[in-house]
Amino acid sequence: MKQIVIIGNGISGVTAARHIRKNSTHRITIISAETKHFFSRTALMYVYMGHMNYEHIKPYADDFWVKNNIELLFDYVNHIDSDQKKLVLQSSESLHYDQLIIACGSKPNKFGWKGQDLKGVQGLYSWQDLEQMEENTKGIQSAVIVGGGLIGVEMAEMLLSRGIKVIFLVREKRFWGSVLPKEEGELISRHISSHGVDLRFETELESIEADVSGKVNHILTKNGEKIDCQFVGLTVGVSPNIEFLKNSPIQTDRGVMVNEYLQTNVEDVYAIGDCAQFNRHPTGRKNIEQVWYTGKMMGETVAQSICHQPTPYTPGVWFNSAKFFDIEYQTYGWVWAEKKENEESLYWEDSNGKKCIKLIYDKSTFDFLGVNVFGIRFNHRILDEWIKQEKDIHDVVRNLHQANFDPEFFQNNFKVIQKFLDSQLEEKKTAYVSN
Amino acid sequence: MSQIDYDISLTGGPPSAQNLAQKAGTFIGILGLFILLLAGFNLDFPNKGVWLTISLSSIATGIILYSKGLYGNKQAGIKNDSLWFNSISSRGALGWMAGIFLTSFYVVLYFFPQFLGLNAEGENGGLISLFDPLSKVLSGNPASQWFVYGTLYTVAILFFGIKFIWKYRHNSYQRIRTISVMFFQTAFAFLIPEFMARLNENDGFNLPYYDLKSIWPLNYYVFDQWSVDGLISSGNLGLGMLVFGILSIFVITPVLTYKYGKRWYCSWVCGCGGLAETAGDSFRQLSDKSVFAWKVERWVIHSVLVFSVVMTTALISTYLGYDPSKYWLTKDVFLLLVGVLLSAVFLLIVIFKRAEMKKDAIVGASAYMIVILSLFGIHFFAGKQLFFFDANDLRSTYGFLIGSVFSGVIGTGFYPIFGNRVWCRFGCPMAAILGLQQRFFSRFRITTNGGQCISCGNCSTYCEMGIDVKYYAQKGQNIVRSSCVGCGICSAVCPRGVLKLENGSDHGATRYTENPITFGNDGIKLNV
Repeated sequence: MKQIVIIGNGISGVTAARHIRKNSTHRITIISAETKHFFSRTALMYVYMGHMNYEHIKPYADDFWVKNNIELLFDYVNHIDSDQKKLVLQSSESLHYDQLIIACGSKPNKFGWKGQDLKGVQGLYSWQDLEQMEENTKGIQSAVIVGGGLIGVEMAEMLLSRGIKVIFLVREKRFWGSVLPKEEGELISRHISSHGVDLRFETELESIEADVSGKVNHILTKNGEKIDCQFVGLTVGVSPNIEFLKNSPIQTDRGVMVNEYLQTNVEDVYAIGDCAQFNRHPTGRKNIEQVWYTGKMMGETVAQSICHQPTPYTPGVWFNSAKFFDIEYQTYGWVWAEKKENEESLYWEDSNGKKCIKLIYDKSTFDFLGVNVFGIRFNHRILDEWIKQEKDIHDVVRNLHQANFDPEFFQNNFKVIQKFLDSQLEEKKTAYVSN
Repeated sequence: MSQIDYDISLTGGPPSAQNLAQKAGTFIGILGLFILLLAGFNLDFPNKGVWLTISLSSIATGIILYSKGLYGNKQAGIKNDSLWFNSISSRGALGWMAGIFLTSFYVVLYFFPQFLGLNAEGENGGLISLFDPLSKVLSGNPASQWFVYGTLYTVAILFFGIKFIWKYRHNSYQRIRTISVMFFQTAFAFLIPEFMARLNENDGFNLPYYDLKSIWPLNYYVFDQWSVDGLISSGNLGLGMLVFGILSIFVITPVLTYKYGKRWYCSWVCGCGGLAETAGDSFRQLSDKSVFAWKVERWVIHSVLVFSVVMTTALISTYLGYDPSKYWLTKDVFLLLVGVLLSAVFLLIVIFKRAEMKKDAIVGASAYMIVILSLFGIHFFAGKQLFFFDANDLRSTYGFLIGSVFSGVIGTGFYPIFGNRVWCRFGCPMAAILGLQQRFFSRFRITTNGGQCISCGNCSTYCEMGIDVKYYAQKGQNIVRSSCVGCGICSAVCPRGVLKLENGSDHGATRYTENPITFGNDGIKLNV
């Protein structure tokens, strides 16, 4: 029986713990300085909006941990002594480990703006951030959000639910421009604006200015514009939260460096989730993956390595999802903001401008490569299968209705959608041949 | 999050501030209720028909105006903002006040109808007399406390139904389902029985109050002697209704539940469900999701089922004769039939579903034993006795404990405290039967979409039946639970499109296989 210690009780660390428990009788200890119990980070917004309380966003009941013999430690790791195989904790106790999993997550990015540490300026990642946001937004009238990504739009929705005016600064020409192609980005931008968010594209933050009490008073943009606000949300991405590793022999770059087995350079020390950085990603994706689903998969993988044979991290077809105000988004396979050389796309948008489907395929082989879908639910298993087998795009269009996962009685007229996409496909083929 | 100020006033600042339409709606609605309250305190209104119309239309207008204020200026989508900050929907002071008010209303309604002005001898007074004009229009008779209750019940389902449709207007399943419960309440529970009373003016008609969609054992009085006698003595129509009632139990219910799950009844047709889904919608998040509550649920609901089976069997056997030459259905034939039917159900489950039963099997077998022993008891104890209890006492105890206290006072009175489905979850014997079938012999289940669950908890929070939906969803497992009424709200509130109500073709254990490894993680292959 080994002592397994996991730093971090987010989805990655907890998934690892659950699977180690399933596969072994090892002693498992999870350390977190954030909350005593695991909560769903993706649900923080709903607590602020009054949809749920803290109790509701815990994926497991409190007695789950006792029942499964997983020890929870509410403490902070100051230092890792990898020679002695022990952790020095803030409570000044130390803890021995046989194998260590670092799953300490991220922290919001700050890019050295003037005033970024003022009262009323913050990101949104942790439970403490949420408590701070509750404090910072009490009784205020207007807020500025910097950074057009997923957390930014969540923050906008949160603030609007409290009747706070939102000015949203986005560096690109459209919302989430680094990820979404033009049509989808514009569709979502329109939807965000329609909720009363003041979206300002191609606008960047210059500095944040305070009033006499040291609280945010207004911001200045790079164009020299002054915007009054009592709150600034910095949502320009997150980066691994690894300060505490600085004086340890564990190799870090932006994150904790790992190989495909999620092993660090130090024996018996693994890193998973947001904080892990692959020296070379096993499937050629970005070396840091900060997504709920990949964190979960890394947790499952590292548990196999610890309990059975070393298992490489091998995620299958990429998928992700989000919700922008009222519009749900799912993506499967690869849909890039800018099409690659070999790619062609098909695009259908509903007349109300709130639903769309984008299909990506290889223009010479007609292999299906990926899909973005907004306002319609698709079936993960079916799309995973189609992408894996590189199904012919003609067949994909013809069978698209089979991939629908909308509730019963939803009136998405797939016959019309399929007919539309099919004629678009024929048009593109003709255009391609005549070129 | 201790900083959130819980706001108990109806007109506070953000995040629970109300706009003008909401305030006006609240005011007008309360005005309508106030008229009823004045009538309740014996204020004798002159033109009762006019005042009743004013009162009911104020309540209706109030609800509609309030809904317009709440949803009218917002885009279609999930509307749960500030629910846990508002006193009424988060067990705050307003919630408790509403709970106490409703509970008191039920206590008076069931046990002290004279306080509502009921007078069986002469003219009604008080609240009930206010409803006399409407009752006379419909059935020709003066109102009773049940007519008052039925009218208010129907008004609540209709107008809170409109609120519900407004709230979920982006969701066709919710729209159609709500129109269905509004229809069944208005037509089947309210109008048709009143018109049936009209028929009784003719000779040869002696129809009891009979809501055709209310099936035994939810409708525990349908096999009372007065009810059966009334139906049999009302010609072919009455007989037809009795046959329909019996067919509902043995044919219609099993077939529909096999095809669609218990939702066809519980969240599409039933009146209790109808009120829960419309007027009770604001309280669905208050249901207890703990494993302990689930355990209590299974014990209590199945005990009520056993109680109702024994009670009904004993009751029917009291008015059946002994002489087969007079009528083929004698007491002994009846007991034998019940025994054969229950044995068949029991054997069916044991033989085909043994693997899925585990510990529940012992409990189920014990319940079965109790019922069978009771049948012997009824056989051997002469007259109206079941062991040492009089069958009619059994019936009135059931009516008091289950019919009144459980389904009314606790089930509906405590909406703002325990959530809107307390009766359906813990008490309804009909739900127990449908649930048993849904769990073992049905195509219905809620499927989960691959690996897309983010464990956010919305599905579990908004499950009115207290099912911890995410427990299943986060491991990619279908949800097959006997208590699920198929309201579809988990699927509606899911932000990632994970849940879908389906009538699939697969059976047995494949309906709910676990997927321990996240779908999309191709690195791990388990032999499960």
